[in-house]
Amino acid sequence: MKWIGAALLGGSLLLPPFLAGDFYINLASQILIAAIFALSLNLLVGFGGMTSLGHASYLGVAAYLSALLTSRYGFGHGTAALISISGTVATAAFFGVIALRATGLGFLMITLALSQVLWGLAYRMSNVTNGDNGITGLTRPAPFGISLDSPVAFYWFALIVTTVAFLMMMVFVSSAFGSSLKGVRDQSRRMAALGFNPWLIRWITFIYAGFWGGVAGLLYVYYHKYIHPSSLSTTSSAEALLGVIAGGSGTLGGPAVGAALVLLLKNYASAYVERWNMLLGLVFLFIVLVMPAGIVPGVTRLMAALRGETR
Amino acid sequence: MQFWIIQGLNSLSLGGLLFLLSSGFSLIFGLMRLANLTHGAFFMLGTYFAATALRSFDGLNIWVTAIGAGIVVAALGGLFERLVLTRLKTNPLGQVLVTLGMSFIISDACLMIWGGDSIPVPTPQNLQAPTRLFGFVFPTYRLVLVGLAIVAAIALYFLIERTRLGAMIRAGVDDRQMARAVGIPVSNLFTIVFCLGAGIAGAAGVLGGPILSAYPGLDADMLPLALIVVILGGIGSLLGAFVGSFVIGFIYTFGTALFPELAYIILFLPMIVVIAFRPQGLFGRVGA
Repeated sequence: MKWIGAALLGGSLLLPPFLAGDFYINLASQILIAAIFALSLNLLVGFGGMTSLGHASYLGVAAYLSALLTSRYGFGHGTAALISISGTVATAAFFGVIALRATGLGFLMITLALSQVLWGLAYRMSNVTNGDNGITGLTRPAPFGISLDSPVAFYWFALIVTTVAFLMMMVFVSSAFGSSLKGVRDQSRRMAALGFNPWLIRWITFIYAGFWGGVAGLLYVYYHKYIHPSSLSTTSSAEALLGVIAGGSGTLGGPAVGAALVLLLKNYASAYVERWNMLLGLVFLFIVLVMPAGIVPGVTRLMAALRGETR
Repeated sequence: MQFWIIQGLNSLSLGGLLFLLSSGFSLIFGLMRLANLTHGAFFMLGTYFAATALRSFDGLNIWVTAIGAGIVVAALGGLFERLVLTRLKTNPLGQVLVTLGMSFIISDACLMIWGGDSIPVPTPQNLQAPTRLFGFVFPTYRLVLVGLAIVAAIALYFLIERTRLGAMIRAGVDDRQMARAVGIPVSNLFTIVFCLGAGIAGAAGVLGGPILSAYPGLDADMLPLALIVVILGGIGSLLGAFVGSFVIGFIYTFGTALFPELAYIILFLPMIVVIAFRPQGLFGRVGA
C-alpha cells in the first residue's frame, strides 16, 4: 500500500515535461531543488536529533564558490562543481567540529551564529561577492554536451540528481550507520556505553548533510544563474526547516513534500501579497501549534484510522 | 591616539548595548530553557518606536521614550509568552521555532509600517556637545550610554541576588521542579522574566537608536551578536553576558575599523576558541 503510493508519487514526477508549460516545469525544478535541500537537513533534524538553523550555509557556500569560480576565474563547470562541493564539505566538517561541542539549543544557536557570520561576509565583502548586488550573468553547465538551458532539459537533470540524492540518503538512513545515528539521537549515553562514538556519528552525519546541501546549492545556482546573500540568510534556513517540520521530520519522504508545499506557498502567495516573511512566520506558528508532527504523519495516522474502521 | 580612544569608547558603548540585549536573552534562557530568537526583533521595535516618537514630538525625552518603549515591548512579550509559549511547555524545539516565526512577523511588520529606508534617531539635544576629558574629545551620548549599561548591570545584579523575586528566579533556574514543589509559582516567573527581558531589549533599542539608527535588518544584525555574547559568556550567566558583551563590543568595533571586510570572521574567532576549550562558555556552569 505504502509502496504503491510512493511509486505513484515517483511516477508523477515524470509527467511535468509532457503535460505542463514552461512556468510549471520551472516550478517543478525549483521544488526538486528545495526537496534535496530539505531532505539533507532532515538527516540532521529528523534522524540525528540535531536541529540546525544554519543549513543555508552549505547551499550558499556551494553556490557562491561555483558562481565565483565559473564567472571570475574562468573555471569549467566540471572542475568548479568539484571544488565547490569539496569546499562545502570542508566548511561542514569545520562548522561541525564547532557546533557539535554543544547539543540541543546550544547546537541550534551556534549553527545560527555561524551561518549569520557567512551571511554577513557575503554582504560586506563586496569586492569578492559583489555584496547586495549578487553575482549575475552565470551560465548553466552542459554535461556530456547537452545544454540545460531549456526548462525541460533542466528539469530532467534536476530529476536525475534528486533521484540519486533521495536513494543515497535512503541508503544512508537504512544502513547500519543510520541505525546507530537513530540510536545516538534517542539514547546517546547508552550508545556510548555500547562502544559507539556518538560524536563521530553526529559529525559524519553533519558532513554528509552538508554535502547534499552543497549539491542543492549547485542546482540552485545553475537554475537561477544568479546568487544573492539572501540565500545564506536565516529566512532561507528557516524555510527549509519549516519544510522538514511541516512534512514530518524523521520520515523519509515527508520533508520533500513539506519543501514542495513551502515553495508552492511562496510562489503563489508572492503573486498576491508582498509579505512573504510575515506569512512564513504565521505558517511557522500554525504548524508548530496545530500539527507539530507534520503533515505526512498526520495524514498517515488518518489513513490508518480509516483503514482500521473499514476492516 | 585620538583614533584608539574614540574607537575604545565606541567599543564600550556597543558593549553596553549588547549587555542590555544579551542579559535579557540570557535570563530567559537560564530560567525557561528557551532560546528567544525574537530578541533581536524586540530590540528593533524599540528603535523604530524611538524614531517615530522622537521625530514627531518635539522636546520628548529619550529616557522617557526608552521607558515607554520598554513597557510596550514588555507587554507585547508578555502576551506572546502567555498566548503562545505556554502552550508549548513540553516542546522546547517548538518554542524556538515560534520565536523564530514571531521574529519574521515583527521584522516584516516593521518593514511594512516604516518602509525600507533607514531612519535616523536624533541624539538628545543636551548631549550633542562633545565632552572634553584629559585633552581628548568624546561624544557625550556614548559616555552616558556606557554609564547606563553599568547602572543597569548593577540593578540587575541586585534584582537577581538580593531580592525575593531574584531568589525565586535563581531557584527556578537551578531546579525547576523542586522550586515548583516548594510553592514558587514558576509559570508566573516565566512570564515576569520574559517581560523583563523583552522590556530591556526594547529600551536598549531606543538607547541604541542615536548610534545605530532604525533600518530593516537591524534585528538580523543584533541577534547574532547577542548569540555570540551568550555563547561566549556562558548561557544563563549575568556576569558572562557582561564580560562577553564588552569583549564582543571591542572585537567588533576594532575589527570593523581596522579590517572592515574581515570583521565578521574576527568576530567568531573568540567564539571558536571558547567553544573549543570551554563549551559551556566562560562563566557557564556544566549541566546548567
